[in-house]
Amino acid sequence: MENNKASNIKSSFVPKKKTFSEKFDDFKKSEGFYNYKKSKSAIAGTIIIIFIVGVALLGPLFTVQDPYDIASLSLMDAYRAPSFMDPDNTQFLLGTDQQGRDVLSAIVYGSRVSLYIGIVATLMASVFGITLGLISGYYGGKVESIIMRLADIQLSFPSLLIALFLMTIFGRGVTNILLALLLVGWVKYARTVRGATLSVKSSEYIEAARVIGLPSYRIIIKHILPNVLTSIVVLSTIQIGNFILTEATLSFLGLGVPVTEPSLGMLCSNGFVVLFSGMWWVTVFPGLYIMLIVFGINLLGDFLRDEFNPKLK
Amino acid sequence: MEKLLEVKNLKTYFHTFKGVVKAVDGVDFYVNKGEILGIVGESGGGKSITGFSLIKLIESPGKIETGEILFEGNDLVKYSEREMSKIRGKDIVMIFQDPMTSLNPVYTIKQQIEESLILHTNLNKKERHERCVELLKDVGIPNPENRLTNYPHQFSGGMRQRVVIAIALAVNPKLIIADEPTTALDVTIQAQILKLMTELVKKQGCSMILITHDLAVVSEIADRINVMYCGKIVESSKVSTIMNHCKHPYTRGLLNSIPDIKDNKDRLETIDGIVPNMFKLPKGCNFYPRCNKRMEECENKEPEYREYKEGHYISCHYPIEGER
Amino acid sequence: MNFILDVKNLEKRFELTSGFLNSLTFKNGKLTKEKKAVHAVNGVSFAIKKGEVFSLVGESGCGKSTTARTVIKLYEPNNGEIFFEGNDITNISRKEMLKYRSKIQMIFQDPYASLNPRQKVIDIIMEPILFHKLANSKQEAEQKAFAVLEKVGIRPEQAYRFPHQFSGGQRQRIGIARALALEPELIVADEPVSALDVSIQAQILNLMMDLKEELNLSYLFIAHDLSVIKHISDRIGVMYLGKIVETGTTEEIFSNPKHPYTKALLEALPKINGKNMVDFKGLKGEVQSPINLPKGCYFCDRCNESLDICHHTIPVEQEITKDHYVSCHLYKGKDNE
Repeated sequence: MENNKASNIKSSFVPKKKTFSEKFDDFKKSEGFYNYKKSKSAIAGTIIIIFIVGVALLGPLFTVQDPYDIASLSLMDAYRAPSFMDPDNTQFLLGTDQQGRDVLSAIVYGSRVSLYIGIVATLMASVFGITLGLISGYYGGKVESIIMRLADIQLSFPSLLIALFLMTIFGRGVTNILLALLLVGWVKYARTVRGATLSVKSSEYIEAARVIGLPSYRIIIKHILPNVLTSIVVLSTIQIGNFILTEATLSFLGLGVPVTEPSLGMLCSNGFVVLFSGMWWVTVFPGLYIMLIVFGINLLGDFLRDEFNPKLK
Repeated sequence: MEKLLEVKNLKTYFHTFKGVVKAVDGVDFYVNKGEILGIVGESGGGKSITGFSLIKLIESPGKIETGEILFEGNDLVKYSEREMSKIRGKDIVMIFQDPMTSLNPVYTIKQQIEESLILHTNLNKKERHERCVELLKDVGIPNPENRLTNYPHQFSGGMRQRVVIAIALAVNPKLIIADEPTTALDVTIQAQILKLMTELVKKQGCSMILITHDLAVVSEIADRINVMYCGKIVESSKVSTIMNHCKHPYTRGLLNSIPDIKDNKDRLETIDGIVPNMFKLPKGCNFYPRCNKRMEECENKEPEYREYKEGHYISCHYPIEGER
Repeated sequence: MNFILDVKNLEKRFELTSGFLNSLTFKNGKLTKEKKAVHAVNGVSFAIKKGEVFSLVGESGCGKSTTARTVIKLYEPNNGEIFFEGNDITNISRKEMLKYRSKIQMIFQDPYASLNPRQKVIDIIMEPILFHKLANSKQEAEQKAFAVLEKVGIRPEQAYRFPHQFSGGQRQRIGIARALALEPELIVADEPVSALDVSIQAQILNLMMDLKEELNLSYLFIAHDLSVIKHISDRIGVMYLGKIVETGTTEEIFSNPKHPYTKALLEALPKINGKNMVDFKGLKGEVQSPINLPKGCYFCDRCNESLDICHHTIPVEQEITKDHYVSCHLYKGKDNE
């Protein structure tokens, strides 16, 4: 009877792995890609995002000056109107600010700071929030109570208020703002992931993993995490936009990035004093650019939400 | 016998991303007055979609392509949504599979029964109350007066399905479409509910279409049976004919794969293979790849749905001879 | 006797009042602390011989699935003992349990929920092999996985697909392959065919019977329907409200059912060419709440033949004929006759 065991059955099959181009072909034929092609707003969102990322990466190669380099600025150029208003001004397309800094160049450099903060803060908050969410969802009990009550308390305050409070303690600085955004942003992730974990945890495939004898950390990482990630992708796209806005608000209020690394929000606040004295371009153009970024991100985020959430289909 | 419902060449297709699913592909059948018609088949056979098509509850991407649904001589396919809503819930009612979700949890049982009474009858408040009590009594719910004010969660699964039946019967419908009404229930409860439904149908003189995957269930309570496979009716006849003289290999396969508690064979008979992909149906007979009686002709030529003997319809090139 | 699994007096409760706040109830104007629990399994004993198929049957809520999950240690039992091949596995830790994990495997009910949708089939099968180090290399594990898949009728070239690309019956085959991958001796099958179509049910049951012969397996088979288990079982236990009310060989249970509940289960089955179901007299009332267990026989309120004694004394299990045990007051023990 012993030699009747499954180990003695041999298979002659040799597997063939799919190449990348085959996988790409599969993707092009997938339903998600089909829906994407049909969705005008998703395509518009992608174009906007590609444009913004392109500007942030390549923009500095084309700008007329480095706005951080004080030496390249000339006070003589202060408050020049944009080219379309002032035919003499051919150098500064969108005008200059009180220090003679080119607004267009400032936007290009400022968007780098804003995007950096938005993306890194989202990554940090999601990693932190997902970890806590997985732990509290899987283990339950006291750990869960503590984490979730903490989240409840935090959610009972407006997130901007908490960010303001934290920034007052930490002081200005890019690292500090990342930290503040992390502490503000983890809650959403933790709650979403915990909810998803609870529903995944009761699935039979988790029971199957336990029957195999897998330790908890492997079950969490290999079986639960991949299945809660879809809900996170959507949240994260929207969150990048939110963080960019929060950062802009903080910087506008003078509690965000330092003067040496002006973000878009700070550029807005720079020109705010002269907004109603006719020099509107200093504030309005950075403001419009923030709008464009968040708009593009939300367009794509909406599409992803519809795609990943079967209930809305 | 007078026909209550006659369906001619009904086609309901779903236009999805991957292609067209012919969920119901040209079915013809009829229901006589006072008759119970069973529609059986495996999942994906199109039996539920047939039921939904009859009351035109087909949502996008699904669409009734062609066909006629003659209900008392009127073609429902041509009816507008407004006209349909007067028929739905009054002349034709539907009972769904899951008694847990087909009742609204925030209304009492009374409110839910009353809803259709208010909509479709002219009874006053007192009469409605009496009708509700009477209905609950009919479906065998003990102490109906008190239970009327209960919410669905206060009932067990079997009791809930009784309430669903009471709602369905409230306005004396002419046709009940029951879609797997007992699949979610235990065997002892299933027996009670099906018995109750049969009795009520016979008492009220209405007709019923019973959609189920369980041949044994229909064999006990239906008068006639349609066997569906991949959107088509493959065989249709009286129960006794289907059970003892079925001609289509699929019907026979289904019958043989049911474990019989009186039988003592060691292995169960099976139908080989699996239900084909609905996007890539075989060119000829849909059952060809799984059929153990297949011939060359079956591969490329689709069999016609024809009357084999009086009242016995099949679509098969080579019907099986002899008894089961 | 060589038992592969021996379960003695197993009990499992689920506390409803886990938190302190949940346990407080307001009654008669007073706040009182109360403990509430669902008594899912109430003293279940059975033993499975090597190479035997033992089936637990009962309707929803009778505790059959909980019994299965407690036996395989997905739940910790509250009371009782579980012996696997003579070793007590009742209260051992996860680490100690590991060496038995490969010997007891499980097949689940829902072929759509029992496979991780984000794992390829090959990974689903390879995971247990690699974790329990049944293969020295990834290639070897892969070969093993292919072999197991071929065994259950899945072609190896399909192994790189995701579960959603398979039909229900095929998924159940994959679930069986995952259980077989560890070369187990006992398989706990929790309603493995109840979610499948009739023709597919027969295929899966046949496959399970073939595998049992070929690999010398033993099964603990859970089902809600007597007709399904007729062909596969050697012995049957009928459960009601967390207790086994009758056990016997398949022959005995089908030809000579003793307990009124077993009789009702058999009578209620719909039958081809019969009027079994339509003639079924029906049971009174509904299943009692597992929170407040009845005092006497758990079945007495629904029983058509209940006696006075049934309402206050719990019946003891007694042997009617050889290996046929019933817990019912209708049958006087041999000693009393």
